[in-house]
Amino acid sequence: MSADRHPLFKPLIFVGGIIFGFGLGFSHMARPEVVVNFLLFDDLGLPFVMFGAAIVSGIAFALLPRFRDAAPLTGDPYERRLKPFDRNVLVGGAVFGVGWGLSGICPGAAYASLGVGNVTILWALGGMFVGAYAQGYWRSRSGARDAAAAGAD
Amino acid sequence: MVADPVLLQAVAELFPNGISRYAVGGLLVGLGTVLIYVGTGIPAGASTFLESTLSYVSDRSRFQRYVGSRDWRVVFTAGIVLGGLAFAATFQSGLVTSPLYEPGTTGQLYEVAGVTLWTTEIQPWRLFVGGVLVGIGTRIGKGCTSGHGVCGVGSASKTSLVGVATFLTVAIGTAQVVAALGVSP
Repeated sequence: MSADRHPLFKPLIFVGGIIFGFGLGFSHMARPEVVVNFLLFDDLGLPFVMFGAAIVSGIAFALLPRFRDAAPLTGDPYERRLKPFDRNVLVGGAVFGVGWGLSGICPGAAYASLGVGNVTILWALGGMFVGAYAQGYWRSRSGARDAAAAGAD
Repeated sequence: MVADPVLLQAVAELFPNGISRYAVGGLLVGLGTVLIYVGTGIPAGASTFLESTLSYVSDRSRFQRYVGSRDWRVVFTAGIVLGGLAFAATFQSGLVTSPLYEPGTTGQLYEVAGVTLWTTEIQPWRLFVGGVLVGIGTRIGKGCTSGHGVCGVGSASKTSLVGVATFLTVAIGTAQVVAALGVSP
């Protein structure tokens, strides 16, 4: 699958990641204290990051399909990120919310946090892998039991 | 319109670090997302990396279905780490300054080879327990702050809007309870 990809595929993703990570550093989202300060209503800056980024992305998601049928490096059609709604969105969102509220860190910001020098964030990254493994272990088992795991996301 | 000084004061208290570093940072996060989308058609989220990377070490079906995307997700994450380091080497180190960037006072600064690095004062147990719940929750809930919050909201996805409303509300409640219990930092 990855062998026939365009030679610029990974370099482009790498550069996109660098800009993304730089933005998380610049906005101080890589600092869990700043996220916690938002959640405690001491500094309401965070929505400018998340919704600012969503607006920029939203413009591209809305306009690109009008100019081109497919992305140059993959040939994939430009589609929006739409996922089916079910109870898991609420349950998972709530569990994520408790973790985010307790630690002040989310996955992308945790990677950027390591980059700004926050070695202590390895506790959170280790925890995220433990959590992701635990849910995968559990869901692989329950999926095998149901024998009808329709991959939805 | 006359600007009410009391109102201005109240607004300033809500944004003690201003809004420009947040808005500019958000713009950059959006530009990184858009660059990848323009080239590849992929609306990239950060949390799938956790599961896709586990496919290197686990044969479980839940992880193996990400084999096709695991390599570029490692590249994306490496880019994010390096982007954070690039920020540290420039603005965090004071090598580059801008009226749009407010340094702030959180955490601890330290220096390695001329680069000013930063580390959190949040206690490790909070980071670890929170991290476990983030790992479980983002995977069950189909996304995180970048997948749902940036790409999903940017797509005007009702699923993502509900997801964001859920985790934001619960996170605010959790942080308030943790602070009320006297846990700090």
